[in-house]
Amino acid sequence: MSERTYVDIEAELTDQPINFDEDICLAENVVYVKPQTLIDIPMHYCPGCGHSTAHKILMEVVDEMGIQEEIIGVAPVGCSVFAYHYMNVDMQEAAHGRACAVATGIKRIMPEKYVFTYQGDGDLAAIGTAETVHAANRGENILVVFINNGIYGMTSGQMAPTTLPGMVTTTSPYGRDVKTQGHPLYISNLLANLPGVAYVSRHSVHTPNNVRKAKKSLAKALEYQKQGLGFCLVEIVTNCPSNWKMTPKQSNQFVEEKMIPFYPLGDIKVPEGK
Amino acid sequence: MAKVMGEIIIDIERCKGCELCFDACPKEAIQLSDTINSKGYQFAIKVNDLCNGCASCALVCPDAVITVYRKVDKAKRPVKVIEIED
Repeated sequence: MSERTYVDIEAELTDQPINFDEDICLAENVVYVKPQTLIDIPMHYCPGCGHSTAHKILMEVVDEMGIQEEIIGVAPVGCSVFAYHYMNVDMQEAAHGRACAVATGIKRIMPEKYVFTYQGDGDLAAIGTAETVHAANRGENILVVFINNGIYGMTSGQMAPTTLPGMVTTTSPYGRDVKTQGHPLYISNLLANLPGVAYVSRHSVHTPNNVRKAKKSLAKALEYQKQGLGFCLVEIVTNCPSNWKMTPKQSNQFVEEKMIPFYPLGDIKVPEGK
Repeated sequence: MAKVMGEIIIDIERCKGCELCFDACPKEAIQLSDTINSKGYQFAIKVNDLCNGCASCALVCPDAVITVYRKVDKAKRPVKVIEIED
């Protein structure tokens, strides 16, 4: 398919006139292009999934900082288990929930490298709570990218620790009842109280502005890692259209109306004097 | 004011038709096509010439299928003509 251009396919498929200005489409006029570090293959994520956007901005940051050779990622178990297929950096797969423990080992052996883990809420906040809390408490100098969609996406939408009260999932068909199933876990706020943690910030990727903010935050966290300030966590509140049983647009609306009031965006902890 | 011209190129074979770019576009320049790509998704197409290359669509696009170009055309700057009476 790569030989056929956009213009050819458009011409074949539609009878509409093609408004394709070749004077503008020149290399010097490029404003936005897919990051080089993101491997050019189709992603397996559902249409509209926030994981892909998070992958994209993380790789943009790597591109902009020029640290492709110096960064090592740890992939989790969950929807993003194939993160190593898409990110063209050194990656290591960890057992379910143990990404922070693996990242600790990598960072201690190679302290000059940047190390990040990319984990979902089922991985980081449920099965991997102990590893995450202790890595944070030890003040390991790693970046944790925490994708919070309030559900176990990969296994078809069971209730996760971060599920909102009253939210319907396959294992809470009448909505999460906090009396029997407990309250949602504010893992970022919990970790922010630990002395080893340098930077905790919560963002979302459902609007262009929020994408820009999340990207800046990731760049900041990697900069803090370079300075050796300690454990950095960037939480990204995303959607899960398939398992929330919504269209991508509706799921983004749900993020805006329900998730963000519950998980307010912004910096939770910043290093002193920054 | 210089005229800003934008252009987007959408990789329609990779587009999954999630429609997130429609809401992000301030000029409503993107719509869903009538046809489908080889994966069976209706894909996004550009429907008007109002694009100013703000790259909002590309930022929210999960699959990074949109490439954005922007050109500031200084030659098209409107010139105010002052007529001097003798």
